[in-house]
Amino acid sequence: MTNQTHSAETSTGLSHNKLGMWVFLGSECLLFGSLISTYLLYRGRFADGPAPGDIFDIPFTSVSSFVLLMSSLTMVLALSALQRGDERNNRLWLLTTALLGAVFVGGQVYEFTTFLREGLGYTTSPFSSAFFTLTGFHGVHVSLGVIFLMSLYVSSARGNLHKERAETVELIGLYWHFVDIVWIFIFTVIYLVPSPTS
Amino acid sequence: MSTETEHTTESEKSDDEHGHEHPSDKKYFQIAGILAILTALEVGTYWLDSVPGEILIPLLMIMMVVKFFYVAAWFMHLRFDNSLFMKFFLSGLVLASVVYAIFLTVFEFWHKG
Repeated sequence: MTNQTHSAETSTGLSHNKLGMWVFLGSECLLFGSLISTYLLYRGRFADGPAPGDIFDIPFTSVSSFVLLMSSLTMVLALSALQRGDERNNRLWLLTTALLGAVFVGGQVYEFTTFLREGLGYTTSPFSSAFFTLTGFHGVHVSLGVIFLMSLYVSSARGNLHKERAETVELIGLYWHFVDIVWIFIFTVIYLVPSPTS
Repeated sequence: MSTETEHTTESEKSDDEHGHEHPSDKKYFQIAGILAILTALEVGTYWLDSVPGEILIPLLMIMMVVKFFYVAAWFMHLRFDNSLFMKFFLSGLVLASVVYAIFLTVFEFWHKG
Protein backbone atom coordinates (compact mmCIF):
# COMPACT_ATOMS: atom_id res chain seq x y z
CA MET A 1 0.00 0.00 0.00
CA THR A 2 1.45 3.35 -0.96
CA ASN A 3 1.32 6.44 1.17
CA GLN A 4 -0.87 8.16 -1.38
CA THR A 5 -3.37 5.34 -1.25
CA HIS A 6 -3.21 5.48 2.52
CA SER A 7 -3.78 9.25 2.47
CA ALA A 8 -6.83 8.86 0.29
CA GLU A 9 -8.39 6.58 2.92
CA THR A 10 -8.26 9.21 5.67
CA SER A 11 -11.29 11.34 6.52
CA THR A 12 -9.51 14.50 5.34
CA GLY A 13 -7.98 12.95 2.24
CA LEU A 14 -4.61 14.06 3.60
CA SER A 15 -1.81 12.06 5.14
CA HIS A 16 -2.35 11.97 8.89
CA ASN A 17 1.39 11.39 9.39
CA LYS A 18 2.13 14.64 7.61
CA LEU A 19 -0.64 16.47 9.43
CA GLY A 20 0.74 15.14 12.72
CA MET A 21 4.23 16.37 11.82
CA TRP A 22 2.91 19.87 11.10
CA VAL A 23 1.03 19.92 14.44
CA PHE A 24 4.25 18.80 16.16
CA LEU A 25 6.24 21.56 14.43
CA GLY A 26 3.61 24.10 15.46
CA SER A 27 4.03 22.97 19.08
CA GLU A 28 7.82 23.23 18.73
CA CYS A 29 7.33 26.96 18.00
CA LEU A 30 6.08 27.29 21.57
CA LEU A 31 9.10 25.42 22.97
CA PHE A 32 11.67 27.51 21.11
CA GLY A 33 9.63 30.68 21.68
CA SER A 34 9.92 30.16 25.45
CA LEU A 35 13.70 29.57 25.23
CA ILE A 36 14.31 32.57 22.94
CA SER A 37 12.22 34.98 25.02
CA THR A 38 13.92 33.77 28.23
CA TYR A 39 17.30 34.41 26.60
CA LEU A 40 16.20 37.91 25.56
CA LEU A 41 15.21 38.69 29.15
CA TYR A 42 18.51 37.45 30.58
CA ARG A 43 21.05 38.49 27.94
CA GLY A 44 21.94 41.64 29.87
CA ARG A 45 22.43 39.78 33.17
CA PHE A 46 25.96 38.40 32.84
CA ALA A 47 27.09 39.20 36.44
CA ASP A 48 30.92 38.98 36.62
CA GLY A 49 31.14 36.58 33.67
CA PRO A 50 31.73 37.40 30.00
CA ALA A 51 29.02 39.44 28.25
CA PRO A 52 27.45 38.15 25.02
CA GLY A 53 28.92 41.00 22.97
CA ASP A 54 32.43 40.14 24.22
CA ILE A 55 32.35 36.42 23.61
CA PHE A 56 30.38 35.72 20.41
CA ASP A 57 32.50 34.87 17.37
CA ILE A 58 30.24 36.11 14.56
CA PRO A 59 32.45 35.03 11.57
CA PHE A 60 32.68 31.46 12.95
CA THR A 61 28.93 31.22 13.69
CA SER A 62 28.17 32.68 10.25
CA VAL A 63 29.98 29.77 8.58
CA SER A 64 28.06 27.27 10.77
CA SER A 65 24.79 29.00 9.89
CA PHE A 66 25.61 28.86 6.19
CA VAL A 67 26.38 25.13 6.47
CA LEU A 68 23.02 24.44 8.13
CA LEU A 69 21.19 26.59 5.59
CA MET A 70 22.73 24.66 2.70
CA SER A 71 21.79 21.37 4.37
CA SER A 72 18.16 22.37 3.74
CA LEU A 73 18.96 22.46 0.02
CA THR A 74 20.56 18.99 0.09
CA MET A 75 17.59 17.67 2.11
CA VAL A 76 15.04 18.86 -0.43
CA LEU A 77 17.22 17.43 -3.24
CA ALA A 78 17.19 14.05 -1.44
CA LEU A 79 13.40 14.09 -1.39
CA SER A 80 13.20 15.24 -4.98
CA ALA A 81 15.51 12.38 -6.08
CA LEU A 82 13.43 9.74 -4.30
CA GLN A 83 10.18 11.12 -5.72
CA ARG A 84 11.73 10.61 -9.18
CA GLY A 85 12.74 7.07 -8.19
CA ASP A 86 16.46 7.98 -8.21
CA GLU A 87 17.57 6.03 -5.13
CA ARG A 88 21.31 6.51 -5.73
CA ASN A 89 21.07 10.32 -5.64
CA ASN A 90 18.65 10.09 -2.75
CA ARG A 91 21.33 8.28 -0.71
CA LEU A 92 23.99 10.77 -1.83
CA TRP A 93 21.96 13.81 -0.74
CA LEU A 94 20.82 12.17 2.51
CA LEU A 95 24.44 11.46 3.42
CA THR A 96 25.48 15.02 2.44
CA THR A 97 22.71 16.48 4.60
CA ALA A 98 23.75 14.31 7.57
CA LEU A 99 27.40 15.37 7.11
CA LEU A 100 26.48 19.07 6.96
CA GLY A 101 24.37 18.60 10.10
CA ALA A 102 27.31 16.88 11.82
CA VAL A 103 29.62 19.77 10.82
CA PHE A 104 27.14 22.21 12.38
CA VAL A 105 26.98 20.20 15.62
CA GLY A 106 30.79 19.93 15.64
CA GLY A 107 30.99 23.71 15.30
CA GLN A 108 28.63 24.11 18.23
CA VAL A 109 30.71 21.75 20.40
CA TYR A 110 33.81 23.78 19.47
CA GLU A 111 31.99 27.04 20.34
CA PHE A 112 30.82 25.67 23.71
CA THR A 113 34.30 24.42 24.68
CA THR A 114 35.82 27.78 23.66
CA PHE A 115 33.29 29.60 25.84
CA LEU A 116 34.05 27.26 28.75
CA ARG A 117 37.79 28.00 28.41
CA GLU A 118 37.00 31.72 28.42
CA GLY A 119 35.11 31.39 31.69
CA LEU A 120 31.51 31.09 30.50
CA GLY A 121 30.02 27.99 32.16
CA TYR A 122 26.40 26.88 32.35
CA THR A 123 25.92 28.43 35.81
CA THR A 124 28.19 31.47 35.41
CA SER A 125 25.27 33.89 34.95
CA PRO A 126 21.58 34.00 33.98
CA PHE A 127 22.79 34.94 30.46
CA SER A 128 25.01 31.85 30.16
CA SER A 129 22.29 29.49 31.45
CA ALA A 130 19.75 30.89 28.99
CA PHE A 131 22.27 30.83 26.12
CA PHE A 132 23.46 27.24 26.68
CA THR A 133 19.88 26.00 27.22
CA LEU A 134 18.61 27.60 24.00
CA THR A 135 21.51 26.67 21.71
CA GLY A 136 21.92 23.29 23.45
CA PHE A 137 18.27 22.39 22.81
CA HIS A 138 18.70 23.36 19.19
CA GLY A 139 21.91 21.30 18.96
CA VAL A 140 20.06 18.26 20.35
CA HIS A 141 17.38 18.74 17.68
CA VAL A 142 20.06 18.83 14.95
CA SER A 143 21.77 15.75 16.42
CA LEU A 144 18.46 13.84 16.43
CA GLY A 145 17.96 14.94 12.82
CA VAL A 146 21.38 13.54 11.88
CA ILE A 147 20.40 10.20 13.50
CA PHE A 148 17.10 10.17 11.56
CA LEU A 149 18.96 10.94 8.31
CA MET A 150 21.49 8.17 8.89
CA SER A 151 18.61 5.76 9.62
CA LEU A 152 17.09 6.69 6.26
CA TYR A 153 20.48 6.24 4.58
CA VAL A 154 20.95 2.76 6.09
CA SER A 155 17.36 1.85 5.18
CA SER A 156 18.02 2.95 1.59
CA ALA A 157 21.38 1.12 1.44
CA ARG A 158 19.58 -2.07 2.51
CA GLY A 159 17.08 -1.56 -0.30
CA ASN A 160 14.13 -0.68 1.93
CA LEU A 161 13.61 2.94 0.87
CA HIS A 162 11.79 3.24 -2.44
CA LYS A 163 9.70 5.87 -4.23
CA GLU A 164 6.57 4.54 -2.52
CA ARG A 165 8.04 5.52 0.87
CA ALA A 166 8.96 9.06 -0.18
CA GLU A 167 6.63 10.44 2.48
CA THR A 168 8.96 9.11 5.20
CA VAL A 169 11.78 11.19 3.73
CA GLU A 170 9.40 14.15 3.41
CA LEU A 171 8.49 13.94 7.12
CA ILE A 172 12.14 13.85 8.22
CA GLY A 173 12.75 16.67 5.74
CA LEU A 174 10.04 18.81 7.36
CA TYR A 175 11.69 18.29 10.74
CA TRP A 176 15.09 19.17 9.28
CA HIS A 177 13.86 22.35 7.58
CA PHE A 178 12.13 23.39 10.79
CA VAL A 179 15.41 23.03 12.72
CA ASP A 180 17.00 25.22 10.03
CA ILE A 181 14.22 27.81 10.34
CA VAL A 182 14.70 27.96 14.11
CA TRP A 183 18.42 28.58 13.57
CA ILE A 184 17.65 31.38 11.08
CA PHE A 185 15.77 33.02 13.96
CA ILE A 186 18.40 32.26 16.64
CA PHE A 187 21.29 33.43 14.45
CA THR A 188 19.67 36.82 13.82
CA VAL A 189 18.16 37.50 17.24
CA ILE A 190 20.94 36.08 19.43
CA TYR A 191 24.10 36.67 17.39
CA LEU A 192 23.55 39.44 14.83
CA VAL A 193 21.37 41.89 16.78
CA PRO A 194 23.94 43.92 18.76
CA SER A 195 24.40 42.34 22.20
CA PRO A 196 25.36 43.98 25.51
CA THR A 197 29.08 44.26 26.27
CA SER A 198 30.80 44.48 29.64
CA MET B 1 -1.81 9.82 -28.99
CA SER B 2 -4.36 12.52 -28.51
CA THR B 3 -6.04 10.56 -25.74
CA GLU B 4 -2.70 10.05 -24.02
CA THR B 5 -1.97 13.80 -24.14
CA GLU B 6 -5.39 14.60 -22.78
CA HIS B 7 -4.88 12.05 -20.03
CA THR B 8 -1.49 13.55 -19.10
CA THR B 9 -2.89 17.07 -19.05
CA GLU B 10 -5.77 15.96 -16.87
CA SER B 11 -3.34 14.18 -14.56
CA GLU B 12 -1.12 17.30 -14.24
CA LYS B 13 -4.17 19.45 -13.62
CA SER B 14 -5.28 17.04 -10.94
CA ASP B 15 -1.83 17.23 -9.33
CA ASP B 16 -2.00 21.00 -9.31
CA GLU B 17 -5.46 21.00 -7.81
CA HIS B 18 -4.28 18.79 -4.97
CA GLY B 19 -1.05 20.69 -4.58
CA HIS B 20 1.33 17.76 -5.11
CA GLU B 21 3.35 19.36 -7.91
CA HIS B 22 6.82 20.22 -6.55
CA PRO B 23 9.43 22.55 -8.08
CA SER B 24 12.42 21.40 -10.13
CA ASP B 25 15.91 20.93 -8.66
CA LYS B 26 16.99 24.05 -10.59
CA LYS B 27 14.40 26.09 -8.71
CA TYR B 28 15.68 24.69 -5.39
CA PHE B 29 19.22 25.84 -6.30
CA GLN B 30 17.86 29.30 -7.15
CA ILE B 31 16.12 29.52 -3.77
CA ALA B 32 19.33 28.40 -2.02
CA GLY B 33 21.18 31.14 -3.92
CA ILE B 34 18.72 33.77 -2.66
CA LEU B 35 19.07 32.43 0.89
CA ALA B 36 22.88 32.53 0.61
CA ILE B 37 22.80 36.16 -0.61
CA LEU B 38 20.44 37.17 2.23
CA THR B 39 22.72 35.44 4.77
CA ALA B 40 25.76 37.26 3.34
CA LEU B 41 23.89 40.59 3.64
CA GLU B 42 22.90 39.77 7.22
CA VAL B 43 26.45 38.87 8.19
CA GLY B 44 27.75 41.98 6.38
CA THR B 45 25.81 44.18 8.81
CA TYR B 46 28.14 42.96 11.60
CA TRP B 47 30.93 45.15 10.19
CA LEU B 48 28.67 48.20 9.72
CA ASP B 49 29.45 50.22 12.84
CA SER B 50 27.91 53.44 11.58
CA VAL B 51 24.34 52.10 11.15
CA PRO B 52 22.18 52.91 14.20
CA GLY B 53 20.22 50.15 15.93
CA GLU B 54 16.89 51.76 14.96
CA ILE B 55 17.70 50.95 11.32
CA LEU B 56 19.88 47.85 11.74
CA ILE B 57 17.50 45.78 13.87
CA PRO B 58 14.40 46.19 11.63
CA LEU B 59 16.64 45.49 8.60
CA LEU B 60 17.88 42.25 10.18
CA MET B 61 14.32 41.27 11.15
CA ILE B 62 13.08 41.79 7.59
CA MET B 63 15.87 39.62 6.12
CA MET B 64 15.22 36.95 8.77
CA VAL B 65 11.49 36.84 7.99
CA VAL B 66 12.17 36.66 4.22
CA LYS B 67 14.58 33.71 4.77
CA PHE B 68 12.04 32.05 7.08
CA PHE B 69 9.28 32.25 4.49
CA TYR B 70 11.52 31.12 1.60
CA VAL B 71 12.45 27.93 3.49
CA ALA B 72 8.86 27.29 4.65
CA ALA B 73 7.24 28.04 1.29
CA TRP B 74 9.71 26.32 -1.07
CA PHE B 75 11.72 23.73 0.86
CA MET B 76 8.86 22.71 3.18
CA HIS B 77 6.44 22.93 0.23
CA LEU B 78 3.85 25.00 2.10
CA ARG B 79 3.37 26.94 -1.13
CA PHE B 80 2.25 23.78 -2.92
CA ASP B 81 0.70 21.57 -0.24
CA ASN B 82 -2.80 21.64 1.18
CA SER B 83 -3.47 24.85 3.12
CA LEU B 84 -4.52 22.87 6.20
CA PHE B 85 -0.82 22.07 6.89
CA MET B 86 0.01 25.77 6.84
CA LYS B 87 -2.94 26.57 9.12
CA PHE B 88 -1.76 24.07 11.73
CA PHE B 89 1.81 25.37 11.61
CA LEU B 90 0.76 29.03 11.67
CA SER B 91 -1.53 28.34 14.64
CA GLY B 92 1.51 27.30 16.69
CA LEU B 93 3.68 30.11 15.32
CA VAL B 94 1.08 32.85 15.93
CA LEU B 95 0.20 31.48 19.38
CA ALA B 96 3.91 31.41 20.35
CA SER B 97 4.44 34.96 19.00
CA VAL B 98 1.47 36.37 20.91
CA VAL B 99 2.19 34.52 24.18
CA TYR B 100 5.88 35.48 24.26
CA ALA B 101 5.23 39.07 23.12
CA ILE B 102 2.93 39.38 26.16
CA PHE B 103 5.58 37.63 28.31
CA LEU B 104 8.27 40.08 27.21
CA THR B 105 5.91 43.04 27.70
CA VAL B 106 5.07 41.93 31.25
CA PHE B 107 8.80 41.82 32.07
CA GLU B 108 9.30 45.27 30.47
CA PHE B 109 11.75 43.91 27.88
CA TRP B 110 10.82 46.55 25.30
CA HIS B 111 11.77 49.41 27.67
CA LYS B 112 14.76 47.90 29.45
CA GLY B 113 16.09 45.75 26.59
